[in-house]
Amino acid sequence: MTNLTMTNITVQYSGNKPKKLRFWHKAARYSLYILLILFALFYIMPLFVMVITSLKSLDEIHQGGLLNLPENITFEPWFVAWSSACAGVSCNGLKGFFFNSVLLVVPAVFIATLIGAINGYALMHWRFKGSEIIFALLLFGCFIPFQIVLLPMAILLGKMHLSGSITGLIMVHAIYGIPFTTMFFRNYYMTIPVELVKAAKIDGAGFFRIFFSIFLPLSPPIIVVTIIWEFTNIWNDFLFGISFSAAGTQPITVALNNIVNSTTGVKEYNVDMAAAIIAALPTLLVYIFAGKYFIRGLSAGSVKG
Amino acid sequence: MVDYLQKHISKIVIAPSFVAILVFVYGFIGWTIYISFTKSKLLPKYDLVGTIQYEKLFTTPRWDVALNNLFIFTALFVVIAIVIGLLLAIMLDQKIRAEGVLRTVFLYPMAISFIVTGTAWKWILNPENGIEAVVRSWGFDSFRFDWLINSEMAIYTVVIAAVWQASGFVMALFLAGLRSVDQEIIKAAMVDGISTPRIYSGIIIPSLAPIFLSAVIVLAHLSIKAFDLVIALTGGGPGYSTDLPATYMYTMAFSRGNVGQAASSAVVMLTIVVAVIVPYLYSEMRARHD
Repeated sequence: MTNLTMTNITVQYSGNKPKKLRFWHKAARYSLYILLILFALFYIMPLFVMVITSLKSLDEIHQGGLLNLPENITFEPWFVAWSSACAGVSCNGLKGFFFNSVLLVVPAVFIATLIGAINGYALMHWRFKGSEIIFALLLFGCFIPFQIVLLPMAILLGKMHLSGSITGLIMVHAIYGIPFTTMFFRNYYMTIPVELVKAAKIDGAGFFRIFFSIFLPLSPPIIVVTIIWEFTNIWNDFLFGISFSAAGTQPITVALNNIVNSTTGVKEYNVDMAAAIIAALPTLLVYIFAGKYFIRGLSAGSVKG
Repeated sequence: MVDYLQKHISKIVIAPSFVAILVFVYGFIGWTIYISFTKSKLLPKYDLVGTIQYEKLFTTPRWDVALNNLFIFTALFVVIAIVIGLLLAIMLDQKIRAEGVLRTVFLYPMAISFIVTGTAWKWILNPENGIEAVVRSWGFDSFRFDWLINSEMAIYTVVIAAVWQASGFVMALFLAGLRSVDQEIIKAAMVDGISTPRIYSGIIIPSLAPIFLSAVIVLAHLSIKAFDLVIALTGGGPGYSTDLPATYMYTMAFSRGNVGQAASSAVVMLTIVVAVIVPYLYSEMRARHD
């Protein structure tokens, strides 16, 4: 009965379309959804495997069944990963390194964003002879492979007695963040009409007055985009982290890699997976709760100069 | 005095960043290029000796492998990520239910660090407990999937993980492009009875050309910088079969203590990036002035 009514509705709805075409249309819709779901499973699978592995005991893991749900859920691997897993010589888990990363990310993001905002504003609305060239020179800094600066930076940090210190890492991240943040703000401020600035100048407002009373109130969206972009980049950084940190000051990505590759004792895959999720969690949460801004940053940071 | 400050305030504000970039980008590049023409070994030396480091670099089998891997990896990664990204974008553009959820699922790997990605895929791809074991437990006893520990195939596992991480981002780029295509033209084409596949291949996809270019640039740039993923997934192994220029450079700089080789390999990396990026930036800037 229901079938009959549904068919009737479809017939009415699609008017005089031939029946055969409707069949193919439906088949295409179904295959589209099936294909999309298959892709979704491919993207979800690694996260799913990480989560279930982190909740299994080692015995259960050794029985195989990569994709099977845990028979007995245990949170032990999470506690081990957080407070007693061995990364290199120290066996205090990830917690110290997690806070290293927080300690490093917060000031580095703050400094780079602040400087980027002022730079972008100056380069866009207070142009001077050569300001375009300066911007182009700055922009190139977004694209260099950082390998080209590793050696001299290591030597300089040594001379400044900042080798292996979090302060040194903050400095490095802030400096190489400036080209990106400047570009973000400059491109955003391009949309603010020049006339507005001109009028304010005629009224006698100065550089900082205009910045704080006109530009800053208009900036929250780009500030959020920039902070998310810089936060994600610096939190996920590995190259600077492994090159310029020492045993106690390593960021979380370096510690995670050490835990996974630590050769002492039994390989605890469940602990590795719990540690990997802990390391990924902050940026994942940002992505889930501020996805819109995350995507904007991605496309702004990678596509345009 | 105040007038002077007011007049030059913009320059004064930019100056510190400008100096920082001059030193930390251009100065450091200059330093590394200079060192690549010296005999530096454990410590930098400053007397120029010509191209010895480059001659040595290009006769080192390990560098040869690294460079080869870079080209294999870049080509496959860029092409596959673009094909999948475009396919996903077109599928999502068909007025799909739960589009937001699917988009989130396709894109979340981009928020994760390469170290986490490498750790996860290393676990999934290891033959002992991973996919190989799963398929065997389904009764296919002779199934083999040991790329991770096979020096001929290991570089392709890096491609798999990298595509997983970045293809959702390519999708986001294309989806934004699809959404900005002029709907009037498409309606007109539909009224004329042109089939959907032909509308895509004849009208929509060609109009996405600038996005293709951006995607290629972004992905190629990612692949040249790929370092963390290889370290976490294969550690450059088995042997040095999955070395990339980035891992070669790091090994020379920090574990072998060979500053000269590290510098010259970094310079080659920079040269490759410049060869790709500078024409792109130039054309972008010109397009904007027109």
